[in-house]
Amino acid sequence: MFAVAGVSKFEDLVEAIPAHLRLARPLDLPHSQSEMALSRELRHLAEKNRGMSELTSFLGLGWTKHFIPAAVDSIVSRSEFTTAYTPYQAEASQGSLQQIFEYQTMVAEITGMEISNASLYDGATSLVEGMIMATACSKGRKGFAIASNVNPRWREVAQTYAGSNGWTFHDVGWEAGTGALDRAAVAKVLAGHAGKLAAVVVQTPNVFGLLEDLSGLADLAHQAGAVLLVAADPLACAIAEPPGSFGADIVVGEMLGLGIPTSLGGPGLGYLTTKKAHLRQMPGRVVGRTVDAEGTRAYCLTAQTREQHIRREKATSNICSNQGLMTVAASVYLALQGPQGLAEVAEQCASRLAYVRDGLQGAKIRPLFSGTPFQEEAFLLPPGSRARVEAACKTARLLPGIWLSDLLPGVPTESLLVCTSETHSRQDLDLLVSILSSAGGAA
Amino acid sequence: MPKDDMGRTMFERGRPGQRGTGALEWDIPRPGLAALFPDKFRRKKAPRLPELSEGEVVRHFVNLSTKNHHIDKGFYPLGSCTMKYNPKVHETLARLPGFTTLHPMQPAETVQGALELMWRLERMLGEISGMQAVSLQPAAGAHGELTALLVVRAWHLSRGEDRKKVLIPDSAHGTNPASAAIAGFDCVTVKSGADGRVDVDDLKSKLSSDVAAFMITNPNTVGLFETRVEEICAACHSVGAQVYMDGANLNALVGIARPGDLGFDVMHFNLHKTFTTPHGGGGPGCGPIGVKSHLAPFLPSPRVTHHDGAYGLDRPSTSIGPVHGAFGNFLMMVRAYAYVLAMGPEGMADIGHTAVLNANYLYGKIKGSLQTKYAGPYMHEFVLDGSPLKKTDLHTSDFAKRLLDYGVYAPTIYFPLIVPEAMMIEPTETESKATLDEFAEIFLEVWRQSREEPDTVRTAPHNLLLRRVDDVKAAKDLVLTHPF
Repeated sequence: MFAVAGVSKFEDLVEAIPAHLRLARPLDLPHSQSEMALSRELRHLAEKNRGMSELTSFLGLGWTKHFIPAAVDSIVSRSEFTTAYTPYQAEASQGSLQQIFEYQTMVAEITGMEISNASLYDGATSLVEGMIMATACSKGRKGFAIASNVNPRWREVAQTYAGSNGWTFHDVGWEAGTGALDRAAVAKVLAGHAGKLAAVVVQTPNVFGLLEDLSGLADLAHQAGAVLLVAADPLACAIAEPPGSFGADIVVGEMLGLGIPTSLGGPGLGYLTTKKAHLRQMPGRVVGRTVDAEGTRAYCLTAQTREQHIRREKATSNICSNQGLMTVAASVYLALQGPQGLAEVAEQCASRLAYVRDGLQGAKIRPLFSGTPFQEEAFLLPPGSRARVEAACKTARLLPGIWLSDLLPGVPTESLLVCTSETHSRQDLDLLVSILSSAGGAA
Repeated sequence: MPKDDMGRTMFERGRPGQRGTGALEWDIPRPGLAALFPDKFRRKKAPRLPELSEGEVVRHFVNLSTKNHHIDKGFYPLGSCTMKYNPKVHETLARLPGFTTLHPMQPAETVQGALELMWRLERMLGEISGMQAVSLQPAAGAHGELTALLVVRAWHLSRGEDRKKVLIPDSAHGTNPASAAIAGFDCVTVKSGADGRVDVDDLKSKLSSDVAAFMITNPNTVGLFETRVEEICAACHSVGAQVYMDGANLNALVGIARPGDLGFDVMHFNLHKTFTTPHGGGGPGCGPIGVKSHLAPFLPSPRVTHHDGAYGLDRPSTSIGPVHGAFGNFLMMVRAYAYVLAMGPEGMADIGHTAVLNANYLYGKIKGSLQTKYAGPYMHEFVLDGSPLKKTDLHTSDFAKRLLDYGVYAPTIYFPLIVPEAMMIEPTETESKATLDEFAEIFLEVWRQSREEPDTVRTAPHNLLLRRVDDVKAAKDLVLTHPF
């Protein structure tokens, strides 16, 4: 091989690397392990974790555990999908291309929008991409009227990007009684920053798990020359009127849960849907339908003049690799469920939350707000009960939810955000209610 | 499959009311949607999702899958993408319930194994790259670039400097300038010299105290090691600029040289290239960044900590903040960790060695046809100049489509921009000599056809399910969702 390569020894091939810069020692890494040995080590690490199969968990915040039918992993495991790359050569990549086209169609349908891209990294980064897009849609405006009840983890990521992009955030609070966006405050912020705002940013369900009434928001935003950017839970959209019906311009969110395990939060699947009119500002890959030279239906990557490999520093986004395989998982899941199955899963989640709410009411533990929850809701435990609840939950191997005040200013210390799904049995729900009722009841 | 079934979507199959999952159990009271949600919230028209049985869904996706070229099927010489074999054990291990069922908001004491894995992988990547601190959080290479630039920006700001420019060679990936723009910088292009490497004089003329960083891919995108790397780093450092290494081509260096030793301050890794996590039809990737110690305080939060045998999380106030909602693409980290264990120092040394030898061997076999613009030897890949194809009125895209007819994927084409009609070929270290020989034969045959029967090449592909796909029509007519 060296002779064909035109050299006599390996060192000649790397002569361009100055000798003193070459690594003169073996790397300091664990010695090579057999498949058996490394499997043992990885299993050992996995066993050091206490996963959801060992703990009863009511954690949510946008990462929700749902049941995943076996057919999903059967398809996702196929190396035809796992070991292909971005489908640059359409004629040899129709499988991935058509699958992405179908994914785009389904996400657009669910959110009530006209078009979708081929995926983004996760919910938080989809919000950021939506904001970058909103600045482009508003000819470079950099202010955002952003709801204070947006997922704080997503908001933090947006904050990371804010400095370099020159963004200014104008917080819009929530109504004290309902926990919903304070609509009067939206109008006020829009009026106070005329000509400066790129978008009104809201999330539904919001961080308290409550559905937001989106009616009229698009008009408010548009009158101010801004777009309406909505972060929406796709499962909630199965039963709740989707953002598209209310004139949203950009809809983003997280698809983890729909065929995708929680996996410490990644890989998840960020989505972004929008109106056709905003295609030129949309980030990421997109697949279109066309024909081949003989008129047979075909699919290919398209509208690429927005993208980094062509537009470079003027691209709509820097994204290249996205979450391709996760769109396979979500597509198979959505196809299996169909409209009825998806609606039933959503109804199950909401019904199980209602069951918990009813149970807690008996112990005088009430929701923090009076709004309409989907599958998450914040409950207000008595002052000083947090430590008792935590101790009781530890014994019962239960993760009761997320203490909201750890993440969000302006909520009482004992606000516990509980997330239910179809995976919780009646026994799980009874256990939660019983522990919160006894440990969280009045001391 | 009948030809008229090509491209038929799920939405055109099935029948109303069908679903691929069974009804769920109701072991609790069922209040009904009307009781749960006020009318103003309720969806009036259901989303038009497919209505199919489980068997129909599976058959649909299995049929789709057969229409993909993929590494397990055949050679995939997509330059700069490092399409190496992905070991199967990684897939098994990444599906362990002890990893897949974890929730990102769990208390640290319940995810000790996951944190330990991340902590160890950070240090492994540090050793392999010669960097002093690593963050695994970025979800892809471009995300790593952006994160790294935000770190560099934060470092400059901490020194009271708000530098505005990032220098980028004309041979760079498009993600470099796109990331720099989102990180708030103005991009300045540095020319390549006649040898295909950075024109160091041009670089020096553009360096100033307003330059935050120079982003350089090494080996660069024409497969050449930047021999004057020390001089480049010294020149940048002399004006206070940081030097960023785009790690897209790290595969060539593994076990041979370490970016940290070469003088770079910051870099990104592509776990889906160098560390063989599968590409998944376009992700999920994983794009960790490595930095020298002076940049470490600015890495994304949370940081994994290790004190007294326990792993935890820390959110330093100096951090740029999180760049992902959770910890990044964790299951990709599991796969990469397994890969490093399998390789060990011995296997790691072989990666760069064999990748470099394979690329130069393959070029030696085909250089009687098309040639490179810049002289070798090359590192892990080489870039052919396709302009001789014009003699018979052909283009690189025609040549690429004809290669597909022989059961191999096409090289990366029309990149980098500094080579006309570029064709970028990266064989990787996991391909055998026999595979390289077979590809060389195919390549030479297509070259012969290009001169003797150019119409065959111009109208390719001929042997696939589809003929040439009309991407102009796709861009003009824009059908981006199924027209119901």
